[in-house]
Amino acid sequence: MPTAIQCRSLFKRYEGKQPVDAVRGLDLTVETGECFGLLGPNGAGKTTTIEIIEGLLQPTSGEVEVLGLRWGKHEDRIRQRIGISLQETKLSEQLSILETLTLFRSFYHQGLEPADVIERLSLEEKADARVGKLSGGQKQRLAVACALVGDPDLLFLDEPTTGLDPQARRQLWDIIRDFGKQGRTVLLTTHYMDEAERLCDRVAVVDHGKVIAVGSPRELIASLGGEHIIDFSLNNGDGRPPLTEAELAPVPRVQSVRIEDGHFSLAVAEPHVALPALLSLLKDLNRNLASLTTRHASLEDVFVSLTGRHLRDGESNAPVSNA
Amino acid sequence: MKPPKPGQKYSPLGQLVLARLREFFRQPEVVFWVYGFPILMVVALGIAFRNRPVEQIRVDVQDSSYSSGVADALGASPKFKVQRGDADICRLRLRTGKTDLVVIANTGRQYEYFYDPTRPESLLARNSVDDALQRAAGRKDVAEPTDKELTEPGARYIDFLVPGLLGMGLMGGGLWGVGFVIVDMRIRRLLKRFIATPMKKHHFLAGIMLSRFLFMVPEIVILLLFSWLAFDVRVQGSLLTMMVFIFLGAFTFAGIGLLVGSRANTLETVSGLMNLVMLPMWILSGIFFSSDRFPAVTQPFIKIIPLTPLINALRAVVLEGHSLTQLLPEAGILAAWGVVTFALALRWFRWT
Repeated sequence: MPTAIQCRSLFKRYEGKQPVDAVRGLDLTVETGECFGLLGPNGAGKTTTIEIIEGLLQPTSGEVEVLGLRWGKHEDRIRQRIGISLQETKLSEQLSILETLTLFRSFYHQGLEPADVIERLSLEEKADARVGKLSGGQKQRLAVACALVGDPDLLFLDEPTTGLDPQARRQLWDIIRDFGKQGRTVLLTTHYMDEAERLCDRVAVVDHGKVIAVGSPRELIASLGGEHIIDFSLNNGDGRPPLTEAELAPVPRVQSVRIEDGHFSLAVAEPHVALPALLSLLKDLNRNLASLTTRHASLEDVFVSLTGRHLRDGESNAPVSNA
Repeated sequence: MKPPKPGQKYSPLGQLVLARLREFFRQPEVVFWVYGFPILMVVALGIAFRNRPVEQIRVDVQDSSYSSGVADALGASPKFKVQRGDADICRLRLRTGKTDLVVIANTGRQYEYFYDPTRPESLLARNSVDDALQRAAGRKDVAEPTDKELTEPGARYIDFLVPGLLGMGLMGGGLWGVGFVIVDMRIRRLLKRFIATPMKKHHFLAGIMLSRFLFMVPEIVILLLFSWLAFDVRVQGSLLTMMVFIFLGAFTFAGIGLLVGSRANTLETVSGLMNLVMLPMWILSGIFFSSDRFPAVTQPFIKIIPLTPLINALRAVVLEGHSLTQLLPEAGILAAWGVVTFALALRWFRWT
């Protein structure tokens, strides 16, 4: 079976008064049957990348292969086999769910019965309701349903759960997992690390138009060297100079230290060893804890350790490219 | 509509047309503007310009020592509605259009007519009053004219108006129903969503066109039927010729609509463009009065803008019963507009 998606050194420049390089040399391989996530802050180039792969945008340079086929040569063959949910589409408010799905179904040679898709997405009760009357979660499920009704081998979802409440997000995750269980491929973009962690077999962390790390969420987290994080901060009311990284060296099993505004994050492999050592060290140094928590490391920590920034504040210094 | 291919359960063209029809008929306010509004226009203008019993001429006689003689002379005829007042009142009533003419009698035989010569009813009043006063003063008419009144259907303002409104409806329908709708779909990224599927682009455009033709049929039928029932407006020529021009007009303005909507991606842009296209035709193409009234230098331009040949042709069929062969130049101009705008629109069309 060929790889589902193959991109080689993709570049995309949006021309204008100030040209924006949204994608700068991006390589990507998505295997058949995996759920693959593009994770990155807003403006990292995720949407531009996925729309190039979907054949909706022309790359400035680079190669794209989808299901072993190429845009330009096999346009219709690819379109018949992929399903797409765009970041933002306002479907006709006057049509019902069933009518909308029947319309989309009519574009494909082969596909699923609209009524079956409605059942699969638990929209039966709303089948005859107008799109304009649906909740945000229902609209988003309908958007995914429109992508599924052609019975695709490869599903593209651009920020499928942005703006949804937790329950609606979980519903959508179940739908995507079900699709993946049939041995089909999903490529999705998200800026929610928990979504990528729970849903994706593999994740590519995208920043400034490049892939800066690829792997399963577990691998990426393990690459931090420790799967647990000890967060703490100190009372600095006594005017002493802040604690330095060197002073923390005696604590065993610490893989990395991050200090941010007086807030310390230690990545540790074995918290039950590191934590008592840390506490006794702080006592010896006569430092008082203001707060202390431990947690599992997340993709957020991976992103921060790779870029020095948080996923959610990536907007300010990254190019805007959600065109 | 083509039947679905074997193995293809749903016809994409059929579904696209169906979707447009549903969108349209499920928006009552849109349906009203398309179907109800032209009728309201016919009713309002038909009533405003109905053939009233000959109206009385309003004359003010300014107070003076000779005014009662003049007022009596005019009051003898039912044609005149006479009022008397001092100079200020008469002047005010003339200025505000409450009277058509002020007569000032300086002596038993010397009159001043005070009026606005740009108001047709004032001119009429001046001449009629003058006639009456001359006769009262003893003038003998030598010729012996008799008056015959023209009131039969086909010669009234309403007969002139209905083809104009038909043309206006076809223009508005094409620009709103195609241009605006497409830009709206582009803004909602529905166009982009569609081309993300294997949908054939020509199916989409054909669907838009077909549904436009389907919306148009009731629009035309309702307007013609209503004008016939309410005002006895009849089509003198053949209905077939009429239909040819209606479809040609619908096609041409759909092409113009497509061109206007081919690239715009804000509603402000498309509204501005539509006004830019429609406004000259609203004013110049003779919807409400004949376009011949504009200066001769403007005529070549007026004759070439597409609404003019459409309205002229419809008027020729409705009022004079012209045949298609007599109207080939109009048909040619319309078809040329349609083909050229379509070709340009397809070349420039932007889906995303």
